[in-house]
Amino acid sequence: MSDKTAITLTINGHDHAIAVEPRRTLVDAIREDCGQTGTHIGCEHGICGACTVIVDGEPVRSCLMFAVQAAGKKIRTVEGLAKDDKLHPMQQAFMDHHGLQCGFCTPGFLMLAVGVLEREPDIGDDDLLDVLSSNLCRCTGYQNIIKAVRAAAKEMRGK
Amino acid sequence: MTAPAKFVGRSVPRLEDRPLLLGQGRFAADISFPGQWCMRVLRSSVAHGKIKSIDATAALKLPGVHAVWTAQDVAHIPPIPFRLTGLKTLEPYRQPVLAKDIVRYVGEPVAVVFAQDQYAAEDAADLVEVGIEPLRATMLATEQPGVYEHGLTTEPGVVRKGYGDIEAAFRKAHAIVSLELSIGRHSGVPMETRGAVARYVEARDILEMHGASKVPHWNRDTLAQMFGRKRESVQLFEGHVGGGFGIRGELYPEDILVCAAALKFRKAIKWIEDRREHLIAANHSRQQTHKIRAAIDSDGRILAIDDEFFHDNGAYMRTHAATVPDLTAAMLPGPYVVPAYRAIGHIRLTNKTPCGTYRAPGRYESTFVRERLLDAIAAKISVDKVEIRRRNLIGKSAMPYTLGLETLGTHIVYDSGDYSRLLDKALAAADWKNLHQQLRARRANGEKVGAGVAMFVEKIGLGPFDTVRIEIIPDGTIEVITGVASIGQGVETVIAQICADALGVDYANIRVIHGQTDRIDKGMGAFASRVTVMCGEATRLAATQLRGKALRHASELMQLGVDKLDIVNGEIVRAGGLGPSMPLGELAGTLSAVLSAEDTFESAHMVYPYGVHIAVVCVDADTGAVKIERYAIAYDIGKAVNPKLVEGQIAGGLAQGVGGALLEEFLYDENGEPLSVTFADYLMPTAREIPAVSILVTEDAPSPLNPLGLKGAGEGGANPVGAAIASAIDDALGIPGAVTQLPISPQRLKAICRRI
Repeated sequence: MSDKTAITLTINGHDHAIAVEPRRTLVDAIREDCGQTGTHIGCEHGICGACTVIVDGEPVRSCLMFAVQAAGKKIRTVEGLAKDDKLHPMQQAFMDHHGLQCGFCTPGFLMLAVGVLEREPDIGDDDLLDVLSSNLCRCTGYQNIIKAVRAAAKEMRGK
Repeated sequence: MTAPAKFVGRSVPRLEDRPLLLGQGRFAADISFPGQWCMRVLRSSVAHGKIKSIDATAALKLPGVHAVWTAQDVAHIPPIPFRLTGLKTLEPYRQPVLAKDIVRYVGEPVAVVFAQDQYAAEDAADLVEVGIEPLRATMLATEQPGVYEHGLTTEPGVVRKGYGDIEAAFRKAHAIVSLELSIGRHSGVPMETRGAVARYVEARDILEMHGASKVPHWNRDTLAQMFGRKRESVQLFEGHVGGGFGIRGELYPEDILVCAAALKFRKAIKWIEDRREHLIAANHSRQQTHKIRAAIDSDGRILAIDDEFFHDNGAYMRTHAATVPDLTAAMLPGPYVVPAYRAIGHIRLTNKTPCGTYRAPGRYESTFVRERLLDAIAAKISVDKVEIRRRNLIGKSAMPYTLGLETLGTHIVYDSGDYSRLLDKALAAADWKNLHQQLRARRANGEKVGAGVAMFVEKIGLGPFDTVRIEIIPDGTIEVITGVASIGQGVETVIAQICADALGVDYANIRVIHGQTDRIDKGMGAFASRVTVMCGEATRLAATQLRGKALRHASELMQLGVDKLDIVNGEIVRAGGLGPSMPLGELAGTLSAVLSAEDTFESAHMVYPYGVHIAVVCVDADTGAVKIERYAIAYDIGKAVNPKLVEGQIAGGLAQGVGGALLEEFLYDENGEPLSVTFADYLMPTAREIPAVSILVTEDAPSPLNPLGLKGAGEGGANPVGAAIASAIDDALGIPGAVTQLPISPQRLKAICRRI
């Protein structure tokens, strides 16, 4: 299983030329081969969503995708959300509404919410709740996450 | 003179948030060292059996594989010692680092593989052949104790607590109410799995472990003892921690193994658990069966409570030893007057994952049992479930209230409380009277809706001490160095708020250092909701001392009496007005010695916050689903340092409580095969299952045991959720006592509904 394939992963606009086994998951490649450890691994079976990143505009579970499948696609991770020193409205809203405690699930929630709101800025409250129920958080009890995402949605629509 | 509070009591933003939001956290898996080896644990696939053979020949031939260890490679390492409640009789039941001869649960470490990366280590572990001859698995803690080994039974100990004349109380009782109740097997299941990275630093002869949490100093001292090293030559480093909840940060076999391997191979050794491993190998908790009875008078007043319970501790006694059953027995009386009390807790071993604490340990369990009992007493004498509680509550005038029981080496003395006042406030917040009328009307229309109430007393802030050192850095930063730990709860912010007020600086200029054994010699860590109480008061003491020191130095430099000076927003100023000023950092820069102060807060007693939960549920008898329509919590915290963080703790606790009440359960088949090994089987609540909750935090009963009146927030959100939801489901079904077991899964609820 050690035959490696040379691929280029484009993460937050930067190209990373790496060589990976075909079985290597995208999240392992992002973290270990490209050194972007902001994306977290929570379950490796696609349920918790801690590893959510945006690939070509779609939020995906990077533990359920192979790195080679993401070659040539545009990958966005939590490290790419802030512009210079300024937090993305979603990050700011999580801070304002105490939407994080331990912060481990947070990058996944941020990428899930940003990915969905960019595609569907006018998503209704109930549909948004459905989307957010696809990731797990063990600290907050979710209400502050929901508040934060609704506030950020308003802010993002305003632009 | 101390400045008025500017930060304590305010919901200021968290200092922790920015790096976490930017993806710049440093969790255990984010720590790597050049040339590190990855460790993979090979675990028993048999619940109980004799190890006949372990053959690693094929594994060792794989490229990139460096070594495979079995029990004989770690024979020099003793079993893992107890941290709390370590009764002598429990010692033979401690867990070995790797199973030797016998395996006792599916998931028990049998061998470890060291390889150049995680993929190679996992490939190799698959090739290690382990021959195990199965033995009969013990799966029920309620069956008669069997043989453990060499004349030891599967009942390592019995917890006995009580006071008063039980027999007399039952003899003169107007009525006796008896129940049999069970709580399922749950665990904290933090979103970050466990992990540890150890390395040996040859140049300084220091063993380092990164990824520490919860109790780094205790773990450092214990590791040093286990390896026969000087404690200064073992250092633990806490990075970001992805949730604690009791189970994370205890010393586990894997922590010992990475350290032993780092010492042996002189390589950095990294171990990151996967989710399946976490669900079968990290501590479980809570599984108990209670047989409880109450003697009551004709008004439903409790004369005595007699409880016998069976605590399923899994296969070994881990670091918590008897802590959970001890707390169960000690905290069961709760907020009520119980004139005579007896609890007998059988600690039983089974062939399941070993147990430890989980948020509100022993109280989630005993509150469920006690509040079910109160509901049953109400039904017995046909009074309202609120009224029965009111009749039995300990009055405000009885405070401080000596319960007559001990736990965790302390006497239980409820320090302050006005339980009936909080009950009134909770009922008002939930609009209880109207709510009842509405629910009655809906039930008359055929809906299965109901409301439940549960009350509890929490215990917070176990001592015996915490020490804090505060330094003023010439660049103007204030550094608070503590021996506590952060598990995501907001330690840095809360401690900074307390320091800021006592010293006279902006909380945002304060850096709180925690979990670094090389920065402070002693520390107690983060458990039992102790940080705000113990470390908070130590911080206030040290900051007050430092303020005096800074003012004395400034007084010399500025040629003004100390009483003429003040510290405002990090600057030494002339009290009350104009004149020269000097930033604290600049003052520190003029001194030859570091401008610092250290102080310790000692406390022999815990503090006791309390609360009321009210749940409104709608039951679907066809599917067995329970929808929580409303949830209200009232909690008296003594003094809230940061109300938003307090509410965050309570809301998060509620979500975990709901999981335990309705969804989460570690199940096994009759041979000990675990059935809850993924997030598709161990169901944790999502945003869909957790209702919006109304939280009322009150400060009616500040603790007399510390000047700020602090209690704590960590566990009151979780404690009575199973009890409150059970009470609401009874009401919805119109059957008092319908719920006898948690979680109230759809299958169990449908079975109850079929009996209607």
